[in-house]
Amino acid sequence: MAKLKDLASMEDRLVAGHGLCLGCGIPLIFKMVLRATEDPLIIANATGCLEVCTTIFPRTSWNVTWIHSAFENAAATIAGVEAMYKSLKRKGRIPKDKKIKFLGVGGDGGTYDIGLQALSGAVERGHDIVYVCYDNNAYANTGGQRSSATPFGASATTSPEGSQSPGKLQWRKDLTKILVAHNIPYAAQSSPHRWQDLYNKAKKAFETEGPAFLNVLCFCPTEWKYDESQGIRLAQLAADTCIWPLYEVESGKYKVNYKPKEKKPVLEWLKPQGRFRHLFKEENAPILEEFQKQVDRDWEELLKLESF
Amino acid sequence: MSTLKTLNGNQTIAEAVRQIDPDVVAAYPITPSTAIVETIAKFRADGLISGEFVCPESEHSAMSVCIGAASAGGRVMTATASQGLALMWEMLYIAAGLRLPIVAAIANRSLSAPINIHGDHSDTMGARDSGWIQIYSEGCQEAYDNFIQAFRIAEHLDVRTPVLVGLDGFIISHSLEVIQVEDDAKVKKFVGEYKPVYPLFDTDRKMTVGPIDFTDYYFEHKRSQIEGIENAPPVIEAVGKEFGKTFGREYGFFEEYRMDDAETCIVVMSSAAGTCKDAIDELRSEGKKIGLLKPRVFRPFPHQKIAEALKKTKAVAVLDRSSSPGAFGAPLFTEIRSALYDYQERPPIVNYVYGLGGRDIMVEHFKDVAQKLEKIAETGKVEEWLGYINLRE
Ligand SMILES: Cc1ncc(C[n+]2csc(CCOP(=O)(O)OP(=O)(O)O)c2C)c(N)n1
Ligand code: SF4
Ligand SMILES: [Mg+2]
Repeated sequence: MAKLKDLASMEDRLVAGHGLCLGCGIPLIFKMVLRATEDPLIIANATGCLEVCTTIFPRTSWNVTWIHSAFENAAATIAGVEAMYKSLKRKGRIPKDKKIKFLGVGGDGGTYDIGLQALSGAVERGHDIVYVCYDNNAYANTGGQRSSATPFGASATTSPEGSQSPGKLQWRKDLTKILVAHNIPYAAQSSPHRWQDLYNKAKKAFETEGPAFLNVLCFCPTEWKYDESQGIRLAQLAADTCIWPLYEVESGKYKVNYKPKEKKPVLEWLKPQGRFRHLFKEENAPILEEFQKQVDRDWEELLKLESF
Repeated sequence: MSTLKTLNGNQTIAEAVRQIDPDVVAAYPITPSTAIVETIAKFRADGLISGEFVCPESEHSAMSVCIGAASAGGRVMTATASQGLALMWEMLYIAAGLRLPIVAAIANRSLSAPINIHGDHSDTMGARDSGWIQIYSEGCQEAYDNFIQAFRIAEHLDVRTPVLVGLDGFIISHSLEVIQVEDDAKVKKFVGEYKPVYPLFDTDRKMTVGPIDFTDYYFEHKRSQIEGIENAPPVIEAVGKEFGKTFGREYGFFEEYRMDDAETCIVVMSSAAGTCKDAIDELRSEGKKIGLLKPRVFRPFPHQKIAEALKKTKAVAVLDRSSSPGAFGAPLFTEIRSALYDYQERPPIVNYVYGLGGRDIMVEHFKDVAQKLEKIAETGKVEEWLGYINLRE
């Protein structure tokens, strides 16, 4: 087990000076993920908050080799880097003992939506890559439009609540399970409030031969609309309400890594967030009820999958 | 050893790929370039090439894989056509903007709708502002020769710009021609070793590639990108000459056919130029002073050289195998007409769009054009600046 003291003494690969919002979950996630390997690393980053806020030319916050090419193709870009690595190793132009790790990263927009095809293709082809999605439930960089990861009932700028609408009408896409369905060796869900969980999963992902996928819940004070000091508490609540279960699937075997002793009502997670404020109007009570039911169903299903 | 082989256009490209053995090939099938991709896959399966072959789930990803692979630090190529190139469009600009010397073989094909699988230049003309160098081929031999030269041009340190080589869909891609296939070792030597520039694999450098520019830097970066393609002409010329010295077939920016004393001229690219040559021969035997100018390099456009070659003629017809709806002429026409603008003495010029969706153009069509040119030369007047060849109206 890694000790926080040891991790703290490691050099940051994503350093200060970036323009991410105060209280943003992104740097927390990536500072931890990037500690999980000490090998040379190449990152392909999809367009989004992480990319834009860390690389405003001529400055960069990346203390590691990094490339951005477009929004929907981080997986294809890193696959290309990995393909070249294989080729040059075979041709003897990269020394046999030089090991490089390959990491694709994107937000939920760049992963669940526009980049899903490229990710599906890359993992299906079996590239030896890790892909980390930071899921902040919205297209945050462009001002908080809905994505297929935006929760049911949330108000986003392209699924706004109004007199005729209670916000987003669709349930979230279950991306982690979609990746599991690709029969990749490792897929997991994590969250930054459990640093040990995140570190362990990232480490496993880097050590996996072949494609590994990590979906990390990323709190976003700007688009979730809450007091920015409360991010970690909200991440904890997402796990305690079972809205964002922490689990991993290794070679098809499910393991739920965190089971709350007492499952909290979803209201506790929804309440502090401005994007759900309208749900607490009387007429939207059925939406809240539906929300709770769906979370319960998903949780039961996950426990069943684990017991197989 | 240089040998004569009967190959179609797709096979000639594949043959060149086998000889060059790029480090990564990433390509997605689409008619009429599919056979290039299949043949490369088989070469890999049979151990005839040692580079990595990646078969992504789309052309957008194919070009993205090329971009990742080329940034990593090796030689990269792809092949596509039509909708495939259209789907790559976003990434074409990024490949050029990141100054990656990727080479693409394009079996030129029309764009939907209506869907059509046959040859025209709509696909590559749609990418003409993407920053890629564009070279067009008249037949299989030229496709082979151009493709080999493309790597030298793209990778030249003053250029570092991606290159696409066009070969007309079906008309070249699927037509057999007896071509000179050069010796493997000689081709390898001509192309040379790949010299990576700022490769990602130099992980000690910890580079940030592709950061965001705001209004304070974007313009300068774009300007320096444009410089790459502006530096290309002397390189294209030198590589064409060296190719001639090495293999006996020299290349320039365009070919002039019976232009010495020509009073009228037809400008046409790619496979149609072959048919045009036959027409010119027949017309010459009837005593008509007509010639052909066949552009080979469309980007960078050799405007001055072409204008010099045309300025003394009495009438010029530019034939385009693509259209630019609403524009003042199709792409080749607008370039040439504009190139002649600076000359006091300049010929009247007319545009003909031909061959969309693979519609044939035959000797008699060129003869019709020649007749119209003769009239224009006589009167000095262009009555209709745009016409369509072999079209039911
Ligand atoms: C092809 C394309 N479409 C749209 C955009 C505009 N765009 C840039 S980032 C972004 C949203 C990113 O959302 P996400 O991936 O969730 O990352 P986040 O901003 O939340 O970090 C959008 C829509 C783009 N850059 N490219
Ligand atoms: S908008 Fe959200 S995800 Fe983006 S930087 Fe701000 S807090 Fe982070
Ligand atoms: Mg997002």
